[in-house]
Amino acid sequence: MARSFPARIWREIKASRTVAGGLAITTFVLLAVVVGPSFSPYSPTKMDFTALLQPPSAAHWFGTNSNGIDVLTRVLYGARISLFISFFGVTMGALAGVLIGMTSAYMGKWVDAIAMRMVDLVFAFPIFVLALMLMLILGFGVQSVIIAIALVYIPNFARMARNTTMSIKAEPYIQAAQLMGQSRLRIMVREILPNIAAPLFVQFTVGLAFGIVIEAGLSFLGLGVQPPTPSLGVMMADGKDYFHRGPWVLTLSGLALTIAILGLNLLGDGLRDMLDPRLRRRSAG
Amino acid sequence: MVDAAPLLSIRNLDVRFKLRTGVAAALSSGPKVLKAVDDVSFDVRKGEVLGLVGESGSGKTTIGKALLRLYEPHAGTILVNGVDITHMGAGRLKPYRRNLQMVFQDPLSSLNPRHTVRTALATPLLLHRICANDEVDARIDEALSKAGLPTSFKDRYPHEMSGGQLQRVAIARALTMSPGLVVADEPVSKLDVSVRAQILNLLKDLQQKFGISIIFITHDLRVARYLCHRVAVMYFGKMVEIGPTEELFASPKHPYTRALLGTLDESAESLDGGAQIAGEAFNPTTDSVGCRYLSRCPKKVARCATAHPEFEDVAANHSVACYEWRGG
Repeated sequence: MARSFPARIWREIKASRTVAGGLAITTFVLLAVVVGPSFSPYSPTKMDFTALLQPPSAAHWFGTNSNGIDVLTRVLYGARISLFISFFGVTMGALAGVLIGMTSAYMGKWVDAIAMRMVDLVFAFPIFVLALMLMLILGFGVQSVIIAIALVYIPNFARMARNTTMSIKAEPYIQAAQLMGQSRLRIMVREILPNIAAPLFVQFTVGLAFGIVIEAGLSFLGLGVQPPTPSLGVMMADGKDYFHRGPWVLTLSGLALTIAILGLNLLGDGLRDMLDPRLRRRSAG
Repeated sequence: MVDAAPLLSIRNLDVRFKLRTGVAAALSSGPKVLKAVDDVSFDVRKGEVLGLVGESGSGKTTIGKALLRLYEPHAGTILVNGVDITHMGAGRLKPYRRNLQMVFQDPLSSLNPRHTVRTALATPLLLHRICANDEVDARIDEALSKAGLPTSFKDRYPHEMSGGQLQRVAIARALTMSPGLVVADEPVSKLDVSVRAQILNLLKDLQQKFGISIIFITHDLRVARYLCHRVAVMYFGKMVEIGPTEELFASPKHPYTRALLGTLDESAESLDGGAQIAGEAFNPTTDSVGCRYLSRCPKKVARCATAHPEFEDVAANHSVACYEWRGG
């Protein structure tokens, strides 16, 4: 009896250093962000004027900022918010994009033509210009950042879903499903989606990393999350103002951001290689 | 046992493919459509196996997929038990779908790589409410046994099976719907030679046991002769000859049928048929008047260039589309 699907996936993850490394870093980041804050004796927002701009020490591993708030605690809370924003933004973008892309590919004709031209229109803007424009239209704040990230990601997912759907919609097993009398919706969800999910998942992982960058960038410019709510971008903007007096605030916030993005990117790239049959190593079984 | 009433009637079926669409069609002076199937009519009776033979690109598979409504016909009618399904929408067509099934050429790509055998077979059972939910497993076992597979195959994925096993699963999937007609599109041409006979025998057994009609699409004349009650010969979208298998093989009338059968006769001293067929072919995108076989035909006369010949009856159930079939 052949190995089950999850067992094969696990074996391949262990065989790929990129995936294993990315998965390890991402797991570490997620754990730190989810359970980390509860181990911290400090508050992420309460100011302590007895400990302004303290350099990293045993009591404050990442030092304190100009308001005396522990930087590590703030990084953990901030990363939590950054990840949350990126996750919801990319998820919304992915859902909408996949829906548009698959419908477009499966319906074809004028539906496809119109939907894809609109997607091209959005795609033509540089991502940050588009995000900035949306923030000006939608106003500042967490919700707006989520919507901006979602809109930025719709074209990516729509194109990828459309191309992969196009490549398999003429497969005999799709025709067999039509011959059974399955409805279009059912064929899209049950027959096509499981076969295009892998590249979309990779895109999602990489998108999550870049979503954090978008959030940080917008917040850094003061257009995204508003202080005192911590987010990685807000903290870096704050640290920039007194970089010569307390370089650890900007540097260590930036380092945390880099680690989170590195983990997600490694995971995404590794998964891409692992799932791409052309790059796949020949393995027995 | 062949019943007289036609299960399927195809009348003047015409299937075209657009070669260029939109702006490309407006800018190009080249041909815009390809007539893959051109004015084809035939019946399939209950319990009958009809062979569709011809070379690649002759429109065999297109006929099969068009009559199953996988391709939209440009013109013509498709009657199933007297009901016109040619233009039925998806909703109204659904109850008729069960009755018309297909076995594909490549068994691996005809099964969803993400679905187990159990899912592949349960889907039609649940979709058409063929049996109660708690009987699904028993029905799957039954279908697998009919197709000659152990029931332990239920939990396998397509990539874990051989070509012959996959084709048996595909046949089992068609059987779950108890179809009246199965289109078998070269079901053994992608299989190892060693398992071809097994699959052919399975099809023959199931056909006889359940009285299923089969349209058997093949380029292998030996297979057609073994399995089919009647054989129809296709040439570039046109049906050129149709008749009972033994009669067609014993006294072929159309020069193309003769050429095809010539390739089959290994004892012949010279390969006349092969030599004839190697000539300049018909170009389906540009040529449209005259007999499709004109440029290769050894017996052509003046009027062959003016119009494609209509079918003429040679004997009972045996027709040929050739002006000169009487001559030697």
